[in-house]
Amino acid sequence: MSTIPATPSAATVPPATGDPAPPRARRSRRFTVGANSPWFPYLLVFPLALILFGYVVQPMFATFAESVGVDGLANYTTFLTGDGVARSALVTSLVISAASVLLCGIVGVAMAFLLKRFSFPGRRLIEAIILVPAALPPLIGAISFQLLYSGTGILPRGLQHLFGTENPVLPFSGIAGVLVVHTFTMYPFFYLATSAALVGMDPSVEEAAYNLGAGRVRVWRTVLLPMLTPALVSASLLVFMTSLASYTAPLLFGVDQTMTMQIYINRTNGDLPMASTYASVLGVVSVLFLLGMRWYEGRRSYRSQSKGIAAHRREITNPFGRWLALLASVLATVVLLAPVGTIALVAFSQDGSWTTEVIPSAYTMRNFVTILTDPEAYRPIVNSLQMSVIATVGCVVVGVLIAYAVRRLDFRGRGLLDVAVMLAWALPGTVVAINLISAFSTGNAFSLGQVLIGTFWIMPLAYFVRFLPLVFRSSSATLAQLDPSLEEAARNLGASWWRAFGTVTLRLMLPGVLAGALLAFVHGVGEFVASVLIYTSETAPISVEINNRMYSFEVGTAAAYGMLQIVLIFVVMVVSGRLESGPKASREAARWTA
Amino acid sequence: MIDVTLESVSKRFARAGDTAAVDDVDIRIAAGEFFTLLGPSGCGKTTTLRMVAGFYFPTSGRIRFGQEDVTNRPPNKRDTGMVFQNYALFPHLTVAQNVAYGLKIRKVGRAESKRRVEEALGQVHLAGYGDRRIDQLSGGQQQRVALARALVIRPRTLLLDEPLSNLDAKLREETRVEIRRIQREAGTTSIYVTHDQAEAMAMSDRIAVMESGRVQQIGAPQEIYHRPANAFVARFIGRSNVLSLPVAAAGPETVTVALPGGEQVAVAAPAEHGLGEGTTALVSVRPEHIGLTSATGAGALSGRVTELEFTGMATNLVVDVAGEPVQVAAIDVPAGLAAGDQVGLRLPVERMWVVRP
Repeated sequence: MSTIPATPSAATVPPATGDPAPPRARRSRRFTVGANSPWFPYLLVFPLALILFGYVVQPMFATFAESVGVDGLANYTTFLTGDGVARSALVTSLVISAASVLLCGIVGVAMAFLLKRFSFPGRRLIEAIILVPAALPPLIGAISFQLLYSGTGILPRGLQHLFGTENPVLPFSGIAGVLVVHTFTMYPFFYLATSAALVGMDPSVEEAAYNLGAGRVRVWRTVLLPMLTPALVSASLLVFMTSLASYTAPLLFGVDQTMTMQIYINRTNGDLPMASTYASVLGVVSVLFLLGMRWYEGRRSYRSQSKGIAAHRREITNPFGRWLALLASVLATVVLLAPVGTIALVAFSQDGSWTTEVIPSAYTMRNFVTILTDPEAYRPIVNSLQMSVIATVGCVVVGVLIAYAVRRLDFRGRGLLDVAVMLAWALPGTVVAINLISAFSTGNAFSLGQVLIGTFWIMPLAYFVRFLPLVFRSSSATLAQLDPSLEEAARNLGASWWRAFGTVTLRLMLPGVLAGALLAFVHGVGEFVASVLIYTSETAPISVEINNRMYSFEVGTAAAYGMLQIVLIFVVMVVSGRLESGPKASREAARWTA
Repeated sequence: MIDVTLESVSKRFARAGDTAAVDDVDIRIAAGEFFTLLGPSGCGKTTTLRMVAGFYFPTSGRIRFGQEDVTNRPPNKRDTGMVFQNYALFPHLTVAQNVAYGLKIRKVGRAESKRRVEEALGQVHLAGYGDRRIDQLSGGQQQRVALARALVIRPRTLLLDEPLSNLDAKLREETRVEIRRIQREAGTTSIYVTHDQAEAMAMSDRIAVMESGRVQQIGAPQEIYHRPANAFVARFIGRSNVLSLPVAAAGPETVTVALPGGEQVAVAAPAEHGLGEGTTALVSVRPEHIGLTSATGAGALSGRVTELEFTGMATNLVVDVAGEPVQVAAIDVPAGLAAGDQVGLRLPVERMWVVRP
């Protein structure tokens, strides 16, 4: 892969140097070279830093240069003055994000309390499927909500038939529709953070408050909420960032005046400087949020000091309550599975047959036959798989090495390297795409002088930039759990440093690396947000094809592609669930916040 | 000061099938008493304490504070002060705010509250620590904050759930003296839960020994030590040899048993021991009461040393007497005594005690 020329050389030099053991070894064998040389960390880190600079940082500057290249700062002043589109897009984006935080907070915290603190029929089932809607790829997820809840959706039409009214009942459109999608797909940030905090919380702290005479409301106000605050703040920041970056929901519900939509519209209209202006503003806001989050995470959180005390679940005993809980469980199950169910149902419908009925009327297997046999139709599948594999290989090589460097090596600029990786994570997909367009629409040292825009390679490069943080995070988390004394034990038993690293550290990192790689791969296969700005007709991936089919009213075929993505995701989730170890809640939290 | 009564209290958990975690427990704790629930883990002692605190409600039976029935009262209406095993301090509040929490709920005025918090912190030797964060304190200091927080509200009863188990051995002994001193000063009726019998003996006015959810014996430390009700109590409190000896004759409060050497001795027994001639009695003998001797006389036996362990204060021996291992803790051991040697033992007939199975 031409985009990361430095990695093969880095990979052939095992990333051995400086975990806690080597400094001692280094002192005793001062004149040896290779892994024991004090310069080694820099030899390893330099190419990594170059990659991050070339493909993450430098393109950001290129975008800024693009935005001020023609009219100077004039583009930016439109954000501050007047009542133009720019200002209203920024305000709309911020309002949608704030509303999403509020809605996700209510839903996520309530779900966490119900599921972690109460025992009622159906609880286990709901806990098992609670993350399903959010696990869908962004485009197909948004489509499923559109098919379910928009004016032409199943629910409003179903209610219309049921009540015999003239118009669909309770249709969601515009910003309300966007908020429905955001609530369903982003409440897991709150749910997982709150669950982990609740499970980690020592129940006797709560009991101490009751014992001292506090009533239930007071315990909530003075003990539970303050102790949940760190979890709630970081979940709020995550939801805000994700909402700000959200692109498919406004696209499908036709909310044009958001930052991401304006980037897309200006880009397709050929006004790259204006698109770059929006991208720069959105990028800066995202980076500020990233830095805010890192600052906040650095502060103390209230971890339980004791271990092994199970939280007490309250059994719902009153019969009325039990029936209510059962009813709510059934309803929740239906609501949680409805998006996947809808896509599955529509995937078997005949294209063009579904007009005003509540659900499609004619069914067929042909959609699947078409996408798997017609060369034109399976081309996007091949594209997606190919580009995702290439990006994943790059992510693994670079991500693992950066994780190792950040966790175990001691060198100047370590924090900077860490921030640079997470920068790629904080940037919205649309911004990543604009950055790459700005940087690589002309030849550039990092593209070996080639123009990448309009070629195949820009796509896997975008995927690499977007999903590198996933591999980095899961590798780094696994590494953090590995006690460095394991490596020391191997050395104590006579293993050379290389052997100890290979047989112990690398071996033990493997599950985390593999889980991260699978995650990067499925995200690649589901990628839409960046792809839609940089694809060519030859390189269209599955999601772009889904979008195009939706536009030409081939809903059945679009859903069939969606089913492929969904099946792949669930296979990967099951597999990576087995790979990872550690407490379930924190494992899920790590996966979702990655 | 108030007395606490548990009347036939049982607790069954829905999930644990039909076995009772606490089974028909009757306890009456006098006002101002320091009462300990002692037993191995899983014996139901913590469950019992949590029912007194109101975190569990009994499946059957009543709990009274004085004349007041509190059986089904929620924990925040009971006015008990609890010290948790892991202290359960509020991590988001300072030391002073932690201690003041209960006062605030009781709407104690600001000045009065401040004064009482300072007094309580002084009592636990933490004056001047009020503004510290909880994570800036050592384990022992956290323990004392927890105690101050429980005592400052002047609770009707003080409940302590293994409060010393997270401290190291030396600190544990110091703190138990402190807890007892503070409790005596305040005169608060206290219920203390522990699995450490030495701790229980040292601190308590009375002890209830529990096992499998049932109270095995209630009594003062000396009584439980010298007159254990059954073989479990005899073995759990300190160390004990429980010898199975044939009964030659049975009186109302003595039982005559035959020692392995054939000698017959009269041993004190509880009333209604239910033993008769020809049955087998269980006789508890403390290792430290058995003497090493070469003389013959009442209670003399001989055996072969199989194990020998010098602990500094005493030498612990296991002596094989006619196939039965007998533990001996001897302060004076003949120089050069080694495993395999024959030794003479003298059983302390006057201190032996018949226990129920």
